[in-house]
Amino acid sequence: MPRYLEVQAPEHGVRLVTLQRPEALNALCTDLLAELATALEDAERDEHTRAVVVTGNRKAFAAGADIREMAACDLVGILNDPRVAHWQRIAAFSKPLIAAVNGYALGGGCELVMCADIVIAGEDARFGQPEINLGIIPGAGGTQRLLRAVGKPLAMQMVLTGEAIGARHALQAGLVSEITQPELTVERATQVARSIAAKAPLAVRLAKEALLKAGDTDLASGLRFERHAFTLLAGTADRDEGIRAFQEKRPAQFKGR
Amino acid sequence: MTFEHILFSIEDGVALLSLNRPEQLNSFNASMHLEVREALKQVRQGSGARVLLLTGEGRGFCAGQDLSDRNVAPGAVMPDLGESIDKFYNPLVRTLRDLPMPVICAVNGVAAGAGANIPLACDLVLAARSASFIQAFCKIGLVPDSGGTWQLPRLVGMARAKALALLGERLSAEQAERWGLIHRVMDDAELRDEALALARHLARQPTYGLALIKRSLNASFDNSFDQQLELERDLQRLAGRSEDYREGVSAFMGKRTPEFKGH
Repeated sequence: MPRYLEVQAPEHGVRLVTLQRPEALNALCTDLLAELATALEDAERDEHTRAVVVTGNRKAFAAGADIREMAACDLVGILNDPRVAHWQRIAAFSKPLIAAVNGYALGGGCELVMCADIVIAGEDARFGQPEINLGIIPGAGGTQRLLRAVGKPLAMQMVLTGEAIGARHALQAGLVSEITQPELTVERATQVARSIAAKAPLAVRLAKEALLKAGDTDLASGLRFERHAFTLLAGTADRDEGIRAFQEKRPAQFKGR
Repeated sequence: MTFEHILFSIEDGVALLSLNRPEQLNSFNASMHLEVREALKQVRQGSGARVLLLTGEGRGFCAGQDLSDRNVAPGAVMPDLGESIDKFYNPLVRTLRDLPMPVICAVNGVAAGAGANIPLACDLVLAARSASFIQAFCKIGLVPDSGGTWQLPRLVGMARAKALALLGERLSAEQAERWGLIHRVMDDAELRDEALALARHLARQPTYGLALIKRSLNASFDNSFDQQLELERDLQRLAGRSEDYREGVSAFMGKRTPEFKGH
């Protein structure tokens, strides 16, 4: 049983994972991070789960790493930090991960948001990388994914000043895909997740992989990967079903094969 | 925290906040700002308040910033007025505007500078017949703040907004009412009682729904028609899940008076 997470059974193919460490504004301590990585690996293996929504509470999605834990770590400790592996496990999740963000998404919380594929934010959400204020820098993608998401000037400003931006600014900058009323964030994220869960799972998986490729390879390699993935799908039963259902003007019944 | 520069109470769902530096026409200094902030924090945080009534003691409502804090001696370092706006005025008007309950402002006398614009961040503005609104900023080389340049053109149109802001002339309460800057003018002697009666009335209404109405209207100036339609859908979705809606419909069907709880 996870201590810092609430993991719901999948409904309509969607599993909701809620960070539950409210007394610390959901700060991502190592145990929480490990639990989250494990929950995603469980979801990965579970054939009834086709998408995951991850959220916090109204006040905070996750307000950073656990500073006390970090303070106790010297250079060698940081070098051998198990967190690096947990972050890799989270980033390796192959099904769609949708973040429903209310309140603070700072430091590690913002980095977790950037590990998600889709981000639905409440109007009062705040995004930032305040590590610089502690004499450190983001250590889980905050300098890399942020620059790719929002471009250099804003990424530099956020990382070098440590100042957070609001949901509207984040939407405009491309860090967030949609903003909603804070009370409806999880509901909207779940809707989006259910819509994805109804698609052909193999197509969703390859589409996600192809899109992620775009962020870390040159265009020619990306296009080559896309074409390979496109070709692979030609051998699936779901493709035949999808095309036939479209022609017959009926909803498709996908089997994941 | 005991208050020195404001009067503050919460009774029967009505939070009453009265600016109380009558000798200085209730102008703001840092301590008054901090007290107002603390009071509004209590209003926000489960104190049972369902309506806020903002007013002032004595003959003025609020003369804006206390300028005796702001005299710049020749050769002295110029002040950063942006800092005090960031720290005090902007959070104040944002809080009033975002407070999830109706905010009534009873303008009991002169409202000048920031004091003229704070009421515009409230939802229902009542004013005493002797009250007046003065965008005094232009007389000392400043720009209307506390949301004035945003509110004025939306409330009275650009032509009048520019005249008010560039000339800084006194606008009577009656003219303000005719122009649609405020909701209602009434005789000085009636203002406090009428405002309290209105506040008590609203405190028994479905205040969660009222807060959603306020939110949708506040958002309308920034939204396109389509965005606003979607917002209405979302807020209606929330309103439809409230206990007060259930009670309202059930009372209507049962032909009885509803008892709203504000959630």
